[in-house]
Amino acid sequence: MTATAPPRRAPEAGPGSSGKTAAGRRLRPRAIERLRQIGLPYLLLLPALIAELLIHIVPMFFGILISFKNLTLFFIRNWSKAPWAGFDNYRAAIKFHEPIGQALLHSFWVTLAYTLLSVGLSWLLGTAAAILMQDSFRGRAIMRAIFLVPYALPAYAALITWTFMFQQDTGLVNHVLHDQLHVTSNKPFWLIGDNSFWAMVIVSVWRSWPFAFLALMAGLQNIPRELYEAAAMDGAGVWQQIRKITMPSLRPVNQVLVLVLFLWTFNDFNTPYVMFGQSAPHQADLISIHIYQSSFITWNFGSGSAMSVLLLLFLLLVTAVYLLLTSRRRGDADA
Amino acid sequence: MPRIPDRPSPMAQPKSFLWTRRIVLTLLLAFVLTPVYVMLSSSLKNLQDVQGSFKWIPKGLTFRPYVDIWKTVPLAHYFMNSLIVSVSATVFSVVVAIFAAYGVSRYRFAGRKVFTVTVLSTQMFPGILFLLPLYLIFVNIGNSTGITLNGSRLGLIITYLTFSLPFSIWMLVGYFDSIPRDLDEAAKVDGCGPFGALFRVVVPAAIPGIVAVSVYAFMTAWGEVLFASVMTNSSTRTLAVGLREYATQNDVYWNQVMAAALVVSVPVVAGFLLLQRYLVAGLTAGAVK
Repeated sequence: MTATAPPRRAPEAGPGSSGKTAAGRRLRPRAIERLRQIGLPYLLLLPALIAELLIHIVPMFFGILISFKNLTLFFIRNWSKAPWAGFDNYRAAIKFHEPIGQALLHSFWVTLAYTLLSVGLSWLLGTAAAILMQDSFRGRAIMRAIFLVPYALPAYAALITWTFMFQQDTGLVNHVLHDQLHVTSNKPFWLIGDNSFWAMVIVSVWRSWPFAFLALMAGLQNIPRELYEAAAMDGAGVWQQIRKITMPSLRPVNQVLVLVLFLWTFNDFNTPYVMFGQSAPHQADLISIHIYQSSFITWNFGSGSAMSVLLLLFLLLVTAVYLLLTSRRRGDADA
Repeated sequence: MPRIPDRPSPMAQPKSFLWTRRIVLTLLLAFVLTPVYVMLSSSLKNLQDVQGSFKWIPKGLTFRPYVDIWKTVPLAHYFMNSLIVSVSATVFSVVVAIFAAYGVSRYRFAGRKVFTVTVLSTQMFPGILFLLPLYLIFVNIGNSTGITLNGSRLGLIITYLTFSLPFSIWMLVGYFDSIPRDLDEAAKVDGCGPFGALFRVVVPAAIPGIVAVSVYAFMTAWGEVLFASVMTNSSTRTLAVGLREYATQNDVYWNQVMAAALVVSVPVVAGFLLLQRYLVAGLTAGAVK
């Protein structure tokens, strides 16, 4: 890297001319060295910054801009010509007694119920499995690998398989419920109507609990072994150790894990899109697919963007409140 | 990789614990493996066998679905598209992440915190928020400059590389932080510049983390559905869009679809399981701290 010394100086700074340039050599390179020191980290970050700016930051502001426009199919190829709409798109989205607002509110409640159920169950399964597998036993390594399969599978491959399992006449679910266990008197539909919501929740839990498991397994490794030894010395049983040592020690992991799961699930698009195709049933109308459909089927991008911005504001609010509440309880400023 | 600490005196575990473990883990295994079994067994069934009521045991085994699916849908074409896009996005994403993580890990500079928080938070934003404007930007760039981003693989590659970037940077910063700074300093004393120190010392020491990040980046691109559904056309269609489209038709050959799902899953799942110990270690270094 010494080649970056200023080229202007290079010819005269021969090996013999040390006396004349001694002062310059001490001063100039030091200034340049300092500049390089300051500039270098930014240079290192530059590619990441450009990519993030191009794909995330600029589109985000652009999205906020077009949410104030009346951007329909006619203006897609020339969006700057689209007329301004002021707050019309927002007003339409939050008029909950009119069709657009009503549908959005319904979609919001469906998404919230879906997210709470999925995150709660995923966390529960992940915690149970991680704690039960903390000790070594025969087959643990294989079992851990198997548990990670749903996480490793490409989303659409797993979802297509579940779609097959939920088929009304040829699927596994109805075969087990109706033909084998005789729980239902006829074969119910799973991909339309009320059941579609539950089908979606089951699939979501199946796909996301391994992530909770993975994160919690990693978190368990950070618990010092001495804690358990000391507790065992004091006569604490396994269940007590789990309650008194394991669960409190996992709190920092849980703080991040629950938030991440919540945001991912709330924004879930893949599950309904792959399971139900272009038209998600009313009962499974998650917010992402709702916005997607109201944008790309009616080609009303202004309205879709306004809904996206509202979604973002909601998620920011939830995140801020959540972090405030959980960090205060943790009592330290570890961010 | 740090070993998971075993609890002392496993003999002391009460019966209630052992039975809970047995029951819960068995149920979880059944839950996880049922779809995998359906995928595998159905992919080996005859067409008649998947058209009637579901059967746990196939009547006869056949490999026909694995042959037929390449004709039913242009699977090879989708496969190539997915492969090109995912590999390119992974390579670019990992290289960019290495530089950025090195900067964040080794230098203190104004805006360091802002950068980390901003990049990380983009991970949490709804994809749908970027989708509409990005689509418009790509369409308009195509109109005004002639560079086709919408419907092209290039557009998808650029998009996907940013999807794995935040997590990759985060994970690698954790990894780089755990490599003693003295090592870089020693390299610099030996005449390496900062880039020399990065590539001769830090990167070799962080190979597990870099491998984990690459797997993550590839998986992210390989499984992405939302942006692929909007930003591809019939010639650049990826597996995600092509297979989904076929599977939601009315008359689906489920044995063939299951064969295809298995074929596209095996490389990713195998890679992930082979490297899972690095990934778990990477999560420990990055996410759990």
